[in-house]
Amino acid sequence: MTETRTIKTDLLARVEGEGAMFLRIRDGRVDDVRLRIYEPPRFFEAFLRGRGYREPVDITARICGICPIAYQMSACAAIEDACGVEVPAAIRDLRRLIYCGEWIESHALHVFMLHAPDILGYDSAIEMARDHRGVVEQGLQIKKAGNALIRVIGGREIHPVNVRVGGFYRAPRPRELRALVEELERARELALETVRLTGGFEVPDFEPEHEFVALSMPDTYPLEGGRLISTGGLDIAPGEYEQHFVEQHVPHSTALHSQLRERGAYLCGPLARYALNSEKLSPLAREAAADAGLGPVCRNPFRSIVVRSVEILYALDEALRLIAAYEEPDAPHVDVPPRAGTGCGWTEAPRGLCWHRYELDEDGTILAAKIVPPTSQNQASIEADLRGFLAGNLELENDRLRHLCEQAIRNHDPCISCATHFLTLEVERF
Amino acid sequence: MRAHEGEPVGLIEEWTGAREVIVVDAVSSGAPPGTIHRLDPLAEPIPAALSQGSTHAFGLAETIELARAIDRLPRRLTVYGIEGERFAAGRELSPAVAAAVEAVEHELRGRLGNPAGGGREAPDADCGAQS
Repeated sequence: MTETRTIKTDLLARVEGEGAMFLRIRDGRVDDVRLRIYEPPRFFEAFLRGRGYREPVDITARICGICPIAYQMSACAAIEDACGVEVPAAIRDLRRLIYCGEWIESHALHVFMLHAPDILGYDSAIEMARDHRGVVEQGLQIKKAGNALIRVIGGREIHPVNVRVGGFYRAPRPRELRALVEELERARELALETVRLTGGFEVPDFEPEHEFVALSMPDTYPLEGGRLISTGGLDIAPGEYEQHFVEQHVPHSTALHSQLRERGAYLCGPLARYALNSEKLSPLAREAAADAGLGPVCRNPFRSIVVRSVEILYALDEALRLIAAYEEPDAPHVDVPPRAGTGCGWTEAPRGLCWHRYELDEDGTILAAKIVPPTSQNQASIEADLRGFLAGNLELENDRLRHLCEQAIRNHDPCISCATHFLTLEVERF
Repeated sequence: MRAHEGEPVGLIEEWTGAREVIVVDAVSSGAPPGTIHRLDPLAEPIPAALSQGSTHAFGLAETIELARAIDRLPRRLTVYGIEGERFAAGRELSPAVAAAVEAVEHELRGRLGNPAGGGREAPDADCGAQS
């Protein structure tokens, strides 16, 4: 007799956007695993065609209300590459500083509001807040410090208006940044406490083998550029991305699945960044990670909350370093005259690699655009996690299994709104 | 008045210290387009039908409940939810929704002492529009 168990969640809670989970177990074996993404595709790449080359910075920021800086920075990098312009170090540093703000606010939202309730055994942050008010307050304070950084440099907290191709419309005055120091220092103390807190969380024992893919910069933890490396030996420049990666449609998702052409699924995001770059963290972040029991590589996705906490601490430490060294640049931006050509750029969004490519004509009109956000890259690995975790825990009863499998998805902080920014629509007619 | 976009958890910090807060947001509850929902979250939680409108993990209703749980609600809070009609990207307001927006604007001007035309220095309330 065939015994079939079906576990499904029609609307996943505590992920950004709309998705569902479907798991089928037949005769004691995992039969089918799907992270279903049904949020409608959003066609951003098509919006960009025919627009001017200065516009993607503001248009692509609208892909996500949590990580707009990632889109702005990747768009700038790709368009400047197409135009053959490199921005000076002072502007790069300012970009890194605003990006720190985004890591802080995005990671704080996930760690405290979306992920911690899973691990502490609550259905929501609201329920958790009734018993752990201090933890929630701590999260809000850290997040506020990140938002303040984005507001001061970006002009406002969400979808900042001060970022442009070539740099910024206006560079902040040193005193405007120094005014943030006290709040950032306080947040750094709280972030240190957060690493201790999340480091003590009890999580399932689960160490899947993923190929980790992340940017690498020579002397520092990667945010705003670098080469793309992996635990499988990848080492490429932005323009080589499409030689190594391919995006595919799968029937159960409105988001494209990205794969390594040669080796299939891979994982980007905090676990990958940390595994490939942990020795480049600041001494404070490195020490906190070691005290929390993280080795140089963490493979357990249930412990990604610890890695995110370490990255919050690092981003605060790095922001304070950049502010201490800040001098107002001679000009807030450099001139970027248009030229015909194709350019590629990438940065590390909080959830992982965000790659853009633009093809421009000689007056800067966009002929083609392509954007690969982190969540579409991680879908296949999230499904692999579900499959692996399920196979090792089939003895659990359905409700417990459903909860842990939902958590296996939330471990990766998927942003479905980002992932569904584009899909080619294919219509079959008979 | 402040426009607050994206995820709404930041509203908790925005309204800290405010004497009165009025939040205006678009909603999608199934009511006829242009319906104006006037809610007093201090008296009762946001109805479930009105709490499904955010594509982000944490919506306005969750933010209000979180603030309630950690005792960070303002002393006076009103939520105006305007029922939307066209949620596709790039679509302008439908006539019914545009009329409702105007009606809410008129009501708020009256309630706040007509800050645009009455010569007051500033409204007493912080008005956050969140989408």
